[in-house]
Amino acid sequence: MRTASLAVGLAAALLGPLAIPSRAAPPPRIEGQALPGSPTGRPGDPARGRAIVVDRTRGLCLLCHSGPFPDQPFQGDLSPSLAGAGSRHSPGELRLRIVDGRVLNPDTIMPSYGRRDGLVRVGEAWRNRPILAPDEIEDVVAFLATLRD
Amino acid sequence: MRASLVVAVLALAGLLGPPGRAADGRRSDAEAMSPALRAMQQDDAANPGMLSVLDGEALWSAKAGGAGRSCADCHGDATVSMKGVAARHPAWDAGRGSAVDLAGRIALCRTERQDAAPLPPESPDRLALTTYVAHQSRGMPIAPPDDSGLRETRARGRTLFTTRIGQLNLSCATCHDDLAGRRLGGTPIPQGHPVGYPLYRLEWQATGSLQRRLRNCMTGVRAEPYPFDAPELVALEAYLMERAAGLAMETPAVRP
Ligand code: HEC
Ligand code: HEC
Repeated sequence: MRTASLAVGLAAALLGPLAIPSRAAPPPRIEGQALPGSPTGRPGDPARGRAIVVDRTRGLCLLCHSGPFPDQPFQGDLSPSLAGAGSRHSPGELRLRIVDGRVLNPDTIMPSYGRRDGLVRVGEAWRNRPILAPDEIEDVVAFLATLRD
Repeated sequence: MRASLVVAVLALAGLLGPPGRAADGRRSDAEAMSPALRAMQQDDAANPGMLSVLDGEALWSAKAGGAGRSCADCHGDATVSMKGVAARHPAWDAGRGSAVDLAGRIALCRTERQDAAPLPPESPDRLALTTYVAHQSRGMPIAPPDDSGLRETRARGRTLFTTRIGQLNLSCATCHDDLAGRRLGGTPIPQGHPVGYPLYRLEWQATGSLQRRLRNCMTGVRAEPYPFDAPELVALEAYLMERAAGLAMETPAVRP
């Protein structure tokens, strides 16, 4: 509860922009460092999540991160390894980090996968859409949660 | 005595050490390449960019347009008159009140002095002439001119360089100032010095301009690239040349 007022502020800042379908019932609430609760109302699929994470045109994650992916050559070294991400973070923390890491670190280089506002000169093909759709983000969260050490 | 003074002056100018490396850590991105690629760049017989240089040399003395004049008719021997020209472009064009890069200058000579059909961006002839002229500065230090108009242009370029853009929300500076030397996927991020343009890029299987490279980086972060010859691209070029001042020109360079 110590972070309640911070959470309210952050949630307010996030509400409009979040790429959450309007039919998804309660609006997302940031609690502490987490965005708990799947906005799609169904659990993500870890296998689909893995496919997104290693795909250099969808998740783009391995451009910056490395991780326990022996089948993937050419992993990035710009950021922490994804190995053990599921031990270090709850699903809610992972979700917030992916939807909008700027909430936690305004200077982060990690793109906010669930936001489409606050961006400059986005190319025509990508305009007004987030990098990943809410159900794809849920799949990625479900997969990261399996990365335990 | 004299010798040590010369050494000190050279060191101050950042000219000591391997060519293309400055005392402050700035270096040509050729230095991070594999030995095989470096050898390809250094051997004129193996460097595919030399084909553009040869094409450009032929175009230099070919009469063209309504004026029936060649570049050589006005500028004479390029190996003399064009030495150092690329190292000080983009330059300020007082008549137009704007900065002009080398390819833009050549395109202007083409339409205004030769009265010939325009040379579109990235057309083989424009690339060939630009590569030939820039080749005359190979080995010379980049020497951006001091000019108030250019200073403003460079400031605009610097702002563009440091502004986050695109769906991935990254700036040029994120990668080329903060993360140079680290790996983006498998690719080492270069410092991004424009020392070798136009250059031959294996990925393109062709010679291409600095503007083509800049547009690639913009598309890479899912930003809308500025059109060729846009003032924003010239401003970025002007800033990049200032950022690379003192590094040696390499045209035609070879890059992966
Ligand atoms: C452009 C670079 C970049 C991309 C692309 C990127 N990240 Fe990140 N990520 C970072 C950085 C840098 C951090 C470190 C924290 C910070 O900067 O705030 C980070 C942190 C994380 C963390 C927390 C790590 C920890 O142990 O605390 C997770 C989990 C994560 N990223 C997952 C992902 C996933 C999944 C993707 C793709 C869907 C992705 N990232 C794409 C740069 C990136
Ligand atoms: C996400 C990282 C990233 C961003 C952002 C980025 N670049 Fe690059 N840039 C690269 C990489 C990687 C290469 C080298 C590609 C290769 O060698 O395959 C490169 C190459 C270059 C080069 C060529 C260097 C040479 O040796 O020829 C220049 C110049 C350059 N970038 C300028 C820019 C400018 C200007 C911007 C902003 C509009 C920018 N870059 C944005 C990653 C980036």
